[in-house]
Amino acid sequence: MENEQNVLEIRGLRSYFFTEKGTVPAVDGIDLDIPRGKIVGLVGESGCGKSMTAKSIMGLLRAPGRIAGGSVLFEGRDLARLSDRELRRICGRDISMVFQEPMTSLNPVLKVGRQVRETLLVHDRSLNKQEARRQVIEMFAKVGIPEPERRYDCYPHELSGGLRQRVMIAMAMVCRPKLLIADEPTTALDVTIEAQILRLMRQLRDETGMSVLIITHNLGVVAELCDLVYVMYAGRIVEQAETFDLFDHTAHPYTRGLLASIPRIGANPDRLHTIPGVVPNLLHLPKGCAFCNRCELADEACRTASPELVEVGPRHKARCLRCQKGGNA
Amino acid sequence: MADPQTLNETLQSQIGEQDGAREKLLRLCRQNKLAVVSAVVILLILLMAVFAPLIAPYGEAEQDALNRLQPPSAEHWFGTDELGRDVFSRVLYGSRLSLAIGILPSIVSLAIGILAGLLAGYFGGWLDYIIMRIADVMLSIPSLLLAMVVMYTLGSSTVNLFVALSMVGWASVARVVRSQTLSIKESEYVEAARSIGVSRWTIMRRHILPNCIPSLIVLFTLNVPSAILSESSLSFLGIGAQPPAASWGLIVNQAKQFLFTQPWLCLAPCVAIMIVVLAFNFLGDGLRDVLDPYRKNQ
Repeated sequence: MENEQNVLEIRGLRSYFFTEKGTVPAVDGIDLDIPRGKIVGLVGESGCGKSMTAKSIMGLLRAPGRIAGGSVLFEGRDLARLSDRELRRICGRDISMVFQEPMTSLNPVLKVGRQVRETLLVHDRSLNKQEARRQVIEMFAKVGIPEPERRYDCYPHELSGGLRQRVMIAMAMVCRPKLLIADEPTTALDVTIEAQILRLMRQLRDETGMSVLIITHNLGVVAELCDLVYVMYAGRIVEQAETFDLFDHTAHPYTRGLLASIPRIGANPDRLHTIPGVVPNLLHLPKGCAFCNRCELADEACRTASPELVEVGPRHKARCLRCQKGGNA
Repeated sequence: MADPQTLNETLQSQIGEQDGAREKLLRLCRQNKLAVVSAVVILLILLMAVFAPLIAPYGEAEQDALNRLQPPSAEHWFGTDELGRDVFSRVLYGSRLSLAIGILPSIVSLAIGILAGLLAGYFGGWLDYIIMRIADVMLSIPSLLLAMVVMYTLGSSTVNLFVALSMVGWASVARVVRSQTLSIKESEYVEAARSIGVSRWTIMRRHILPNCIPSLIVLFTLNVPSAILSESSLSFLGIGAQPPAASWGLIVNQAKQFLFTQPWLCLAPCVAIMIVVLAFNFLGDGLRDVLDPYRKNQ
């Protein structure tokens, strides 16, 4: 670990899909630090590699995808090099994950209480079932599930989406992890529930001092919740900063495009701002900057040279040739 | 916690509870009368098999040389055979062996099939290839022929009959379990279970297998009659259960020489086989309608 303040340090992580058509660099050499007790946001469009990063940390990549290089350091151990058995011991206890889709992340034939209890029993074989049940109900109450005793024996289909996501959070939290990874935890929920869930996650962080990596495409979520933000594009980090800094001194044109795309009541009522084009096919990335095809500021240099991630301010980095030349683009 | 959302969630769950398990069961029973009747028939026949010694008016092999080949009468409901044995009592005792042979090998082949299917589906690769090719070979040989080969090799005895019938049924179970495992292992809840550190065996047992149970129940109820039929066929051919034990197939076998002179000797065990096989098939169809999610909306 380079910095003792960090609970997780990702260095040069590369996760590739080895397909018949070629190698897809879904995550292409990213560095990411998660400091203790902080909420870190990982932002980007669909297909930019955010979820792949999360799955790489948890060892959930499935063939043909696998980690091709780099390290994921957690408490001095490289998760990318652990055996499946060793990784399973850490996952769920020290690092756990909340998934995007609460409707499908719970097994329909098992009572929700038992599914949450499973986490406890898997990691502490000496625990008896009554005690585990008590702890699950306690955690249900903590994540704001009303009548936790009764909900323990409910099947997933008997609960609403918001309640199910609370169950998922309880499942992730019940072993008191040091790091919680939330992969688009509120995307499938409506906005009022979204606000409740985000409030709950911050409250749990404040109470337990855990760190959170929240993966989202929603900058509103970032603004509300995160201490630090990483912006990802085509498998790479293109900008990283503290949240206020990112919103106040946006450096990368892509981040600026994302910010401009947030609909605001009152402003520009006719059209929503969009970034033209789509994320490039990772099999055929442009030669220079991955964003050059969609960037309004791109010139000849951008199409030929690939920019590095450079410091543009205090604890603020961006991957853009225009920033390298000095100051904001 | 009295904000509108919480209230709403509470309300929703209460509405859900009104359609309780009991009403649901009653409704399903009304929709599938044939299946319910079949279940009752199967239950009755099972009880008759269990309490055969109490119900049967005569012993399993009790001979009465003076009353041979009698037609049905008040003393002998289904008549008597060539040794003067009461056919009604023989059929009652025969039901024990016939039902046992229908049910026990089906359970064994279910267990083998589940294990093979889970392994093949979850681990994939060469293991999947080997298991499924063996299953393909098993399915390509007519099951009766396979059972006959096993019986000839091991010799005719009741125990070997169990072994032979256990070996033929597992391949179709393995196929069903494998295909379900393939789709379920990609689901998010399996990924969620993996993310909390659940081991592979536990995922197979706790997350994948329970989701296969509806198909397995249906498969089981359809396997039982085919095993009963196989037993009857093998016994009829003389390589199944051995006398003096009574099984339905065996009774038919011994009665076949009197088919044109004393047809009732054949009739009773044949009708018994027919009733049981039909009842299991109807029950299987009914259960499939209830349990198969794809048929629910039809």
